[in-house]
Amino acid sequence: MAWMAWTWPTAAFFLCVALALAVLTVLELKVPTVQRRGWLPLATTRGDRFFISLLAAAFVHVSWLAFLDAPVYWATGLAVLLGAGLMRWG
Amino acid sequence: MRRWDNRAWLGVLPVVLIVAFSAVVPLMTVVNYSVQDIFDLNNRLFVGFEWYRDTLRDPRFLEALLRQLGFSALVLAIEIPLGILVARNLPRRGASAGVWLVVLAIPLLIPWNVVGTIWQMFARPDIGLLGAGVNALGLDFNFTADPVDAWIVLLMMDVWHWTSLVALLAYAGLAAIPEPYYQAAELDGAGRWQVFRHVELPGLKPVLLIAGLLRLMDSLMIYTEPFVLTGGGPGSSTTFLSQHLTTMAVGQFDLGPAAAFSVLYFLVILLLCWLFYTAVMRSEDVEGGPGGH
Amino acid sequence: MGTEAKRRQPRWLLYGYCLYLALPIYWLATMALQSNQDIVGDLEIVPSRLTLANFAEIVGNPVWYSAFGHSLSYVILNTLISVTVALPAAYAFSRYRFVGDKHLFFWLLTNRMAPPAVFLLPFFQLYSAIGLFDTPLAVALAHCLFTVPLAVWILEGFMSGVPRSLDEMARIDGHGLGYFFFRLFLPNIRGGIAVTVFFCFMFSWVELLLARTLTGSETKPIVVVMTRTVSASGLDWGVLAAAGLLTILPGVAVVWFVRRDLVKGFALGRV
Repeated sequence: MAWMAWTWPTAAFFLCVALALAVLTVLELKVPTVQRRGWLPLATTRGDRFFISLLAAAFVHVSWLAFLDAPVYWATGLAVLLGAGLMRWG
Repeated sequence: MRRWDNRAWLGVLPVVLIVAFSAVVPLMTVVNYSVQDIFDLNNRLFVGFEWYRDTLRDPRFLEALLRQLGFSALVLAIEIPLGILVARNLPRRGASAGVWLVVLAIPLLIPWNVVGTIWQMFARPDIGLLGAGVNALGLDFNFTADPVDAWIVLLMMDVWHWTSLVALLAYAGLAAIPEPYYQAAELDGAGRWQVFRHVELPGLKPVLLIAGLLRLMDSLMIYTEPFVLTGGGPGSSTTFLSQHLTTMAVGQFDLGPAAAFSVLYFLVILLLCWLFYTAVMRSEDVEGGPGGH
Repeated sequence: MGTEAKRRQPRWLLYGYCLYLALPIYWLATMALQSNQDIVGDLEIVPSRLTLANFAEIVGNPVWYSAFGHSLSYVILNTLISVTVALPAAYAFSRYRFVGDKHLFFWLLTNRMAPPAVFLLPFFQLYSAIGLFDTPLAVALAHCLFTVPLAVWILEGFMSGVPRSLDEMARIDGHGLGYFFFRLFLPNIRGGIAVTVFFCFMFSWVELLLARTLTGSETKPIVVVMTRTVSASGLDWGVLAAAGLLTILPGVAVVWFVRRDLVKGFALGRV
């Protein structure tokens, strides 16, 4: 595994994603999702909204790094808020 | 309708394992590399998002990205309509159908570097039929010196190489349209364009999704053909993302920056393909399988 | 038939397109049959002095013909692996709904999207770490990255075209899943399997970047040997053209043998 050059931050990131996927799977088995329309211009399931949140988070970080010099933690905060919003109302 | 049965996961498991091995593990490794300054594997330094910031503000990355998007857009705009046109003219049945399919499939089966070589030999102004021919007409044509000529040759090559794929898929889509639909359209006095618009195009939608997605993905990752044909030049006028990345990763062995570049590259492709996929799937309003067809 | 003929444009478009396809290959063939002096000499549309020396060079040189063998070995291995693992998966996707099926399907596709260039570094490290570097298996597995998702995608389309009543009937007749799948179901999607084999073979045979990265001196494939020739001996156009012409043959052979099934597969329209 040494060649994978793990670092704590990336390991934590992947653990979080894996955990989220596990939680989503369990939720899906307990409370099956219903397709619905929200903010987004398409009907989504819970999993769709999670994927869109991740993609949105990635691009929030990318634009932050491209245009702003302020610390990137702000972008992370923004992405989390956006993600939570998308999951709830998207 | 398809039945609910979570045991179906067993059938999918081998695919998941093999793809996880060949995609997930390497992708995680790329992410790991992208946040570190790596001298060698025992001697590395966490640098956070530094490489991303550098790459995003690197004009060479942005130029390669723009070039890439322009190339992909042009390729799709030419190949999809041309492929449909060719498919409409193919015979539907009989022995000749098989022969036509084989002929059309030939460019697809040529190794990509050979495609580059073929077009280099074909387009060179000194030994190539195309290059020498155009020059004989009195036009000054040299793809190794003139960026516009290089782009023209690249586009011609890509059309030559990949239109067949669109044509074959569109042929499959057309073959699936029941004959009565055409007869009904004829009874209504529909013209050629109306038949195309109201009978053929709706029937073609699922295969055009596949053709469009495949062409979008592949044109976004094009490497080998321009590498052989133009080497990314003249200057960097035909240096697309993969070429730039390969130079960084293999040529200069800049693990960290190359990895950050890779992640950004993948994100761009993921976003574009997801938008395309969602847009087409939505307009089609999924019936049946997970592929929506 | 009458309506079909009427809705076609004149055939000139098809013939024109074929001419466009044929010209560069014709030019390649003329170069393969000429000596280097004649190639760089005066341009002749129909060459006057033909020679087989370029082909003799390839047939007589073990570097060239063993490279063909290496390429074929990983391509065949890849096609076998891809079709084997894709069959049950495609069946599951086409017949059942299960937790996360749609996302799994899209995730598979994302792997088809990933540019090989992105995977150069980790693949080299990965296959070195598990001792597969410079074996045909390494390239075959690496190519699974794009052939497996494609195989699942294509097969799923074909399987969805087979009526579900076939499954029901087999169950009522008391056949087990294994008997049903291999004896009743697979013969129904022969065309689909032919199309899948065609695409797996094609995408594995034509790829250069990963094949170049994952092979060393032991298993150098033909595509890599070709790029080396350019750099090593200057520009040996004749031999390069002859080798290029030879690399077209295996693909043409495959498509020729499966053409009937291909036509059937394509005619089903479930690609």
